[in-house]
Amino acid sequence: MSHLKAMASRALQLALVLWAVVTILFLMFRLMPGNPMAAYIDPTFTVEQQEALMAQFGLDKPLWEQYLIYLGNLLQGELGQSFRYREPVAERLMTLLPNTLILTFSSLIVAYTFGILAGAYLAWRRGSVVENTAIPLVLTTRAMPEFWLGMVLLAVFSFWLGWFPAGGTRPAGASYDSLWALYTSREFLSYLALPALTLAIYSQGLPLLLMRSNMLDVMKEDFVTMARIKGLSNWSVVVRHAARNALLPVMTSFAIAVGYQLQGNVVVESVFSWPGLGRELVNAVSASDYPLAQGAFLMIAVVVILMNLIADLLYSLLDPRISHA
Amino acid sequence: MLDTTLPRPGFVARFFRSLRLPLNDPFAVAGLAIYAIFILTAIFADAIAPYDPTEILYTPNYDLAADLRPGEDGFILGTTSLGRDIFSQIVYGTRSALLIGLTAAFMVALIGSIVGLVSGYFGGWVDALLMRLADVAFGIPFLPFVIVLAAFLEPSIWNVVIAMALVLWRDTGRVIRSQVLTLRSRSYVDAARVSGSSDFKIILRHIAPNILPLSFLYGSIAIGWAILTEASISFLGFGDPQSISWGYMLQDAFASQALAKQAYYWFVPPGVCIILVVSAGFFITRGYENLLFPKLGR
Repeated sequence: MSHLKAMASRALQLALVLWAVVTILFLMFRLMPGNPMAAYIDPTFTVEQQEALMAQFGLDKPLWEQYLIYLGNLLQGELGQSFRYREPVAERLMTLLPNTLILTFSSLIVAYTFGILAGAYLAWRRGSVVENTAIPLVLTTRAMPEFWLGMVLLAVFSFWLGWFPAGGTRPAGASYDSLWALYTSREFLSYLALPALTLAIYSQGLPLLLMRSNMLDVMKEDFVTMARIKGLSNWSVVVRHAARNALLPVMTSFAIAVGYQLQGNVVVESVFSWPGLGRELVNAVSASDYPLAQGAFLMIAVVVILMNLIADLLYSLLDPRISHA
Repeated sequence: MLDTTLPRPGFVARFFRSLRLPLNDPFAVAGLAIYAIFILTAIFADAIAPYDPTEILYTPNYDLAADLRPGEDGFILGTTSLGRDIFSQIVYGTRSALLIGLTAAFMVALIGSIVGLVSGYFGGWVDALLMRLADVAFGIPFLPFVIVLAAFLEPSIWNVVIAMALVLWRDTGRVIRSQVLTLRSRSYVDAARVSGSSDFKIILRHIAPNILPLSFLYGSIAIGWAILTEASISFLGFGDPQSISWGYMLQDAFASQALAKQAYYWFVPPGVCIILVVSAGFFITRGYENLLFPKLGR
């Protein structure tokens, strides 16, 4: 029962954070230098369009009233009109969201599978030459700018070897019956490969280092010693007893990694011209398309905050020792 | 009586001693050495770089010195598509990288330490307020925030520093707060309080020196973060076009089709420099962790 209550209070806390972020965003876009209406109205809109938007967002009303209208609109998923695309921001973002999610999850699944296996292996080979060269190498991948790694992969695998296309999600002029047909086509995979690999190389460090240090901790615990005393094989001790327990915190870090990855996507999507949320944010900011920039930022922030909450909940669900006093 | 006869170490010496630099860890020493080399390069950039990094150069036959490969016409790392010397850009890029890295790290460590000290020492509503603020900072996606900020501010290398100061104090602040919570109840702090020291004096004299290594640790992580962030922002085209940085070089290379031209000499060196500086920070951090948390033993 106290568990439920703790979760509820955590969720409430994150709702407050979300509200604070939304408010900061409102203030940033309203208090910027220049015409406050520029946040929603492009001078090239027709008079009727301008008036409709004025009414919808209450742009002629005092700031506090605008704020309330803004919150109300947000609750209904209303984010305004994009200047460049002349379509509702929410719709535009929803068509981009799947691309970003596919890129994020495919790269993270690769990164976590590799990281967990390699981390467990390195813990097992503690103090060996393999470990002593692997760890600085992994730290180096964490020190790389992601977009630079993407550039190098592009130069080698796309421009030099010609194995993969240079950017986008589909060949020029290709059309598919449905989004599903696109996502399951072979071409799509070849377009996905390099950006996903870039992000995976960057992300594998976290699960790898976490898994390794957890394994080192778990291997010292009594139940592992007990398993050894029982005469179980090395494989059985490492995989069935130690690895299963060391895995828990790594799995909860997955949720945090999703939120974190969305930020890295901003640059990697730009390198590979991947039509996702991050690239849209960059393009919208460069083109002063404020409603779109605001919407893209908000969407990324919501995912980050949601993922923090999920990580918290997973952590307390998977590990009953965590108490919420 | 003995105390007074010993020479008292000066402020600088005491400061460095309280930083507890991890000089017995080979990785940390390597990291410090890398820093030293880059700092020297930045200071003596004018003497090291053969050309002005923004100057458009010509070959002896008065052709534009564009897209020259390393070694051609005496350009160590070749030239860019606009005829600028890549090696000179790398050397000058060290300046902006270190400038941004060190100021951002200083700001992050300073704000984080102050928040952590105040929050941990005073507790109560001050603590609750500051920690909720930290929660909000954790909810802000950092890189998108910097990009949106760049939309409103004039392009400048300081945007990254401002954004980091606004958002990234959160990690340092939380860790230092929890450290202060344990220090606050130590008997020497009680003794200081009983003997009439003010809160300000207790924090400054008795608690702050003990968290200095932690601040330095988080500062050295922040240097890497700042350099990576600046590179990303410049790469996306929101940097200061007037100042040469490694991120700007990468953006220039990317936009000038250096990938298709297979001009590795152009875009590999800036990336390697970034990796060297950032991983130097990591190695120092690792040395610190061994020193501060010997029980981890990793």
